[in-house]
Amino acid sequence: MKIEFRNLSKQFEQNRPILQPMDFCDEVRALAVIGPSGGGKSTLLRILGGLLAPTTGDLWVDGEQVGTDDTALQKYRRKLGFVFQQGGLFRHMNALANITTPLEQVHGFSHTKACGRAMELLTRFGLKDDWKKKPAELSGGQQQRVALARAVAAKPRLLLLDEPTSALDPEYTTEVLNIIHELKKEGMDFIIVTHEMGFARHACDKVAFLCEGTLMEYGESEQIFTRPETEKLHQFLGKLLQWNV
Amino acid sequence: MKRLRKLFWTTKKEPVSSAAIMLNLLFVVLLWIMLFWVSLRAIQVELDFSFLGEFRIRVWDGFLVTLGLSLFSLLLSLVIGALSAAGQGSPLLVVRYFCNIYVKFIRGTPLIMQIYLFFYIVGTAWGVQNRFAAGVMILSVFEGAYIAEIIRGSLLSIEGTQIEAARAVGFTRKQTLRYVVLPQMVARTLPALTGQFASIIKDSSLLSMIAVIELTQTMREISAVNFRLFECYLFLGMLYLCLTLPISLVSERLERKFCYEN
Repeated sequence: MKIEFRNLSKQFEQNRPILQPMDFCDEVRALAVIGPSGGGKSTLLRILGGLLAPTTGDLWVDGEQVGTDDTALQKYRRKLGFVFQQGGLFRHMNALANITTPLEQVHGFSHTKACGRAMELLTRFGLKDDWKKKPAELSGGQQQRVALARAVAAKPRLLLLDEPTSALDPEYTTEVLNIIHELKKEGMDFIIVTHEMGFARHACDKVAFLCEGTLMEYGESEQIFTRPETEKLHQFLGKLLQWNV
Repeated sequence: MKRLRKLFWTTKKEPVSSAAIMLNLLFVVLLWIMLFWVSLRAIQVELDFSFLGEFRIRVWDGFLVTLGLSLFSLLLSLVIGALSAAGQGSPLLVVRYFCNIYVKFIRGTPLIMQIYLFFYIVGTAWGVQNRFAAGVMILSVFEGAYIAEIIRGSLLSIEGTQIEAARAVGFTRKQTLRYVVLPQMVARTLPALTGQFASIIKDSSLLSMIAVIELTQTMREISAVNFRLFECYLFLGMLYLCLTLPISLVSERLERKFCYEN
């Protein structure tokens, strides 16, 4: 999916800008957004997901400009799948309803068809017997797998993942990352904000390094990790490797 | 020894057996009766409830009036509460402050003062002659402020991520309200609202001050005639409990049913 933005920036009220004006234009297949906390990664992802309006700048997706009014954004969001860091599942609905309700109400599936699709995904993600459980009865890893199932159920054109594993234990992290990797192999395009550098390096084609609100580096993932150009990225990667096994 | 201990002692882990429940309840009831009996003996009162048969029609009528007052007040106060909860978040400052001050004033002053104030000043000025209607209005205005706080609190407790997730899956504002906000609000407010209904029933007794002939006023009148004060008020308490106990049981059950967070 081709994503392009020009002069995109974000500032909340009087505070210091979260995102400095930035430009981007590329075909996105599997993009990892990395960088220190508070660098604006989640804010950028929310703007790309149509959940947050940028202060300045325009966004084009596949050559079409994304509108800024409610209706246009709603239409745009329907083409995407979003997974939050945590707490993104509707807590009063069980796993199945979390997936079927948007399918029926937003994408016009019949109830039978929605249930069929939801069960197909839940089975695939190893949650066949847990469809009746509410989010609070599921482990963090299971919750994220349900969230992934909900995000891909309507076959979105792009999947946006906002640190989907940072609230998880290591073993659950792998579970969730494996699923994302599998989806990639099936041709699902995605952008992931992540601190899992192994995943960013080996499962993503491109990496964007966002620091202090600017897009400091962007390129092939292998190149970003082996030949960082800026001092900031060098430092950032150095810190991460400090406690590596 | 261990079994005996189990009859009186509970840990968080194991459920309490029904035998233990019955036995302990029996003890507690006996204890209360003893306490009352000793107290009544001390002031040398002999209870005699036989007069109640003679007044049963009046008592029944009073009971029905209390029930009617409470039901109408519940409905009206729900409307008032929902409106003022919404009003407190209004972008129109006049509306916001109006609702804020209403809630603060009502919650900060005793009901009995409000009853006198509304009935004798506002009621007279605006020509509300029907005491039942005036009673429903006063009670609804009073309880509405509390309900507004219950609703506002539950609205505030809905996390931002839930709303954001609703937008992310493509829900419109209306769908977000219908499929996410309202169900979660109902789950959070229903137990508290049921409890509030019990309060309405109890608070309605104060309307006897403006001579609405409800249950309490009926009993006051009866006791004024036959001087059987203790019997009248004991029986009055029983009748209120008949209404409020089932409600608090329902409230507890709802609380358990809706506690999907852990």
